[in-house]
Amino acid sequence: MNRLHVDWTACDGRGLCAELLPELLVEDDWGYPAPRGDMSVPPALEPAARQAVDRCPALALRLTAPASS
Amino acid sequence: MISVAEAPPGRQVQLRLLAGSNDGRLDSHLAQHGRLPVLETNQVMGMARDAGLTGRGGAGFPLWRKLSAVAAGGRAPVVIANGAEGEPASGKDRALLTYAPNLVLDGLQLVALGAQSVVLYAPAAGHRALRELLDARRAAGLDRVPVRLVTAPDAFVAGEESAAAAAVAGRGAVPADKLVRITESGPGGAPTLVQNVETLAHLAMIARYGAGWFRAAGTAEEPGTFLATVSGAVASPGVVEAGYGVALGDLIAAAGGASAPLSAVLVGGYHGGWVPAEGALPVSRAGLMPYGGSPGAGVIVALPRNACGLMETARIAGYLAGQVAGQCGPCVNGLPRLASTLTDLAQLRARPGLPAEVDRLARLVTGRGACRHPDGTARLIHSAMRAFEADVAAHLTGRCLATDARG
Repeated sequence: MNRLHVDWTACDGRGLCAELLPELLVEDDWGYPAPRGDMSVPPALEPAARQAVDRCPALALRLTAPASS
Repeated sequence: MISVAEAPPGRQVQLRLLAGSNDGRLDSHLAQHGRLPVLETNQVMGMARDAGLTGRGGAGFPLWRKLSAVAAGGRAPVVIANGAEGEPASGKDRALLTYAPNLVLDGLQLVALGAQSVVLYAPAAGHRALRELLDARRAAGLDRVPVRLVTAPDAFVAGEESAAAAAVAGRGAVPADKLVRITESGPGGAPTLVQNVETLAHLAMIARYGAGWFRAAGTAEEPGTFLATVSGAVASPGVVEAGYGVALGDLIAAAGGASAPLSAVLVGGYHGGWVPAEGALPVSRAGLMPYGGSPGAGVIVALPRNACGLMETARIAGYLAGQVAGQCGPCVNGLPRLASTLTDLAQLRARPGLPAEVDRLARLVTGRGACRHPDGTARLIHSAMRAFEADVAAHLTGRCLATDARG
């Protein structure tokens, strides 16, 4: 399973990812994405995850293959 | 807080790195240990593996694995000896660079073959003496590879591996995202090896005396000695050396013994954990695991019974919150909130759900930064909530057990 990776040095907490991927992410007290689980992306959520990655305004979200994560 | 470099390293449990004249001089170093044998990179890697040498900077990662990851890059690496010691309760790297710098520089040469750039990253205060020593070693034909000195700023996170690599590349000494490991590709694109100075000093000893000799100290799983900085309620705070698995009481005795009855001991530093003040407790990963602790970079702080562990932890948490690099939202926002919430509990400003809120915030920041600064801070606070459980309950009723004990 692919995993989500947040580059915390780049993330601004805009909140788009948590909106597009409510199954995996929730906003924390300050608007930054917090994982609901271990950041693994089930195949069914893969398209939504790719969309979240593409739309992150800070380019802080990545989808990584198991071997490289 | 403590002035370690001024105290002579005469008190020990098992001296190896600090067994010499400790005058930092090249002639006494050569008289004691002789010249470094000439070894190829694969020999160094094999030796480090046979010895079971792990990083002494805190994480305890096997040296040979890092060496082999860097070698796998197939390009000339940047090699950095990490002497940054931002941890206020640690003084062992400074002591080592003052008393036995030649062992560090020998070890650096062992891992520097074929490197495009070799750096000693250390606080500015030691640079003049180190520069003179590097010149003397070059003149004596000891160092095949020239070494550049780079200043390590006095900040808690400046010693983190990717922060050290960034500083050496001329950027700010702040941690980087870990999607690509620096052993693969560092700030300038080259594979980058960052190794704590103590680890390199051990490697220099192994190169001379062998992996078997190294393994004669410590335990089978955690071989060798380590430098510990012992402070707090001890008669003679300073740097001592002992094999892994040494009894906590022996380490404290080596620092002159407890100067007051103790309630707990902080092991592993500001990112470490509180353990009971039990003399027989083995200071090793295995021995400290039940308390969620590890020897880390060898920091030992003894807490006297009349000092409040929650207050002390809140003070440290406040310090750590002030040491965030300012890059990662959950850490920048979470650590100050965590520290102030813990301070409310410590200062008897009780409100319902306070311990649960401390626990929630500690979990919330964990794993959500470029480096382990939030994780380490959360670990310390979790351990305090366990170790001082009775005092947590007392504080919620407006009392402090440590203060009560003072009468």
